[in-house]
Amino acid sequence: MQQLIYFIQKYRYFLFFLLLQFIAINLVINNRSFHKSKFVNSANSFTGGFYNKINSITDYLHLNKENLLLINENLVLKNKVEKFSQLIAEIKSKKIDDTTSFKQRFYFIEGKIEKNQFGGNYNFLTINLGRKDSISNEMAVINSKGIIGITEHVSNNYSRVQSILNRNSKINARLKNSSYFGSLMWNGIDYNILQLLDIPRQAIIKSGDTIVTGGMSTIFPADIPIGKVIDTEEGSSIKRIVNIQLFNDMSNLKNIYVIKDFDKHEIMNLENNRNE
Amino acid sequence: MNKIRVFIWTVLILFLQILVFNNINFSGNINPYVYITFIFLFPLNKNRFIILFCAFLYGLTLDFFSDTGGIHASSLLIIAFLRLYFIKLFFKKNNIDYLLFDLHTETFGQVFNYVVTLTIIHHFILFSLDNFSFQNMGTVLLNTLYSSVFTLTLYFAGSYILREKQLN
Repeated sequence: MQQLIYFIQKYRYFLFFLLLQFIAINLVINNRSFHKSKFVNSANSFTGGFYNKINSITDYLHLNKENLLLINENLVLKNKVEKFSQLIAEIKSKKIDDTTSFKQRFYFIEGKIEKNQFGGNYNFLTINLGRKDSISNEMAVINSKGIIGITEHVSNNYSRVQSILNRNSKINARLKNSSYFGSLMWNGIDYNILQLLDIPRQAIIKSGDTIVTGGMSTIFPADIPIGKVIDTEEGSSIKRIVNIQLFNDMSNLKNIYVIKDFDKHEIMNLENNRNE
Repeated sequence: MNKIRVFIWTVLILFLQILVFNNINFSGNINPYVYITFIFLFPLNKNRFIILFCAFLYGLTLDFFSDTGGIHASSLLIIAFLRLYFIKLFFKKNNIDYLLFDLHTETFGQVFNYVVTLTIIHHFILFSLDNFSFQNMGTVLLNTLYSSVFTLTLYFAGSYILREKQLN
């Protein structure tokens, strides 16, 4: 007993150091896995509110650029509205019996980025939408140019988004001109270039081909643009790595949309039943 | 420097780190981590519980703001623990000298060795934890080198400018 007390007294600083270090390493490990990071994140009301205050000042500096982006997007959407209004006029002339099949599946919620990060290996963003805006886990975050990430941790007013620039991120993507699909990942080197893996060997890929989301998951709707192919690294093995230049500049993001999928539960239930 | 001034400086540096230095991203991902000045400013004391606990909280605050889990807390804690050994090694100081110890009054060569060693240790641990695997060790070493140069330049420039002001 005496020996033990002597030991503790002699190494008391080192033991205290080990205790704190253990807590810190635990937090690091928890932060690496999706959904487990409940404690240390910037989506809580203090840090989220802090970034909110700072952003309300810096927003003014980028108003011109953001306006231009929004005007361009409006132009595209207006053209689409014109096209669809003609289609609707055509449909209305015919009789419709089943109205349930005409319901909306995806709903867009607009928001802003409070904190952007692209320097590390595991990047996260904070957005100013939370549970009060009916955001939940695993919802897609996009902007007018392409995909940004997936919501991961939601508080009342803010949520944390796992960026596509995160080594844990894995997103279903396909070629626009054919239906071959693979998974989109990031190797942590350049924040403008992502890697498309697991794409079948028979798929013909040329540089300049457009990559869009595959729509195989319940998170991202199909056909959202991602980027274009720069080159392919073809090894002797099955592994084929396609480098993709993003349409988005991930270092310069402001306005975003979160996509809510109304059919998510239905699809999830169906898939779970089949597995049993 | 008295304790209130140290406190104000450390809080100021923390906000500078969150708002400015975390967003520099020079050529992709090189940032200075000037917040380790906390370890150099913190007054020496024989009782090490205070600095260990403060370093942990300081690093954790930064982790909250930058979504990094606990890597800043962990790496800051390690240099907080190692600090006294390096002070003994480079400055040949004993427990009695701690009260009057001030980095500004020491010779530049010794201060340089002390600051450079702690900075490189901190940055290496920080980037290893951020990488969290034995792959890409080359990237970790390169990042350590670049960021250390960046941090040290800012630290020495800053401390030089502020010291001049105090004399006037």
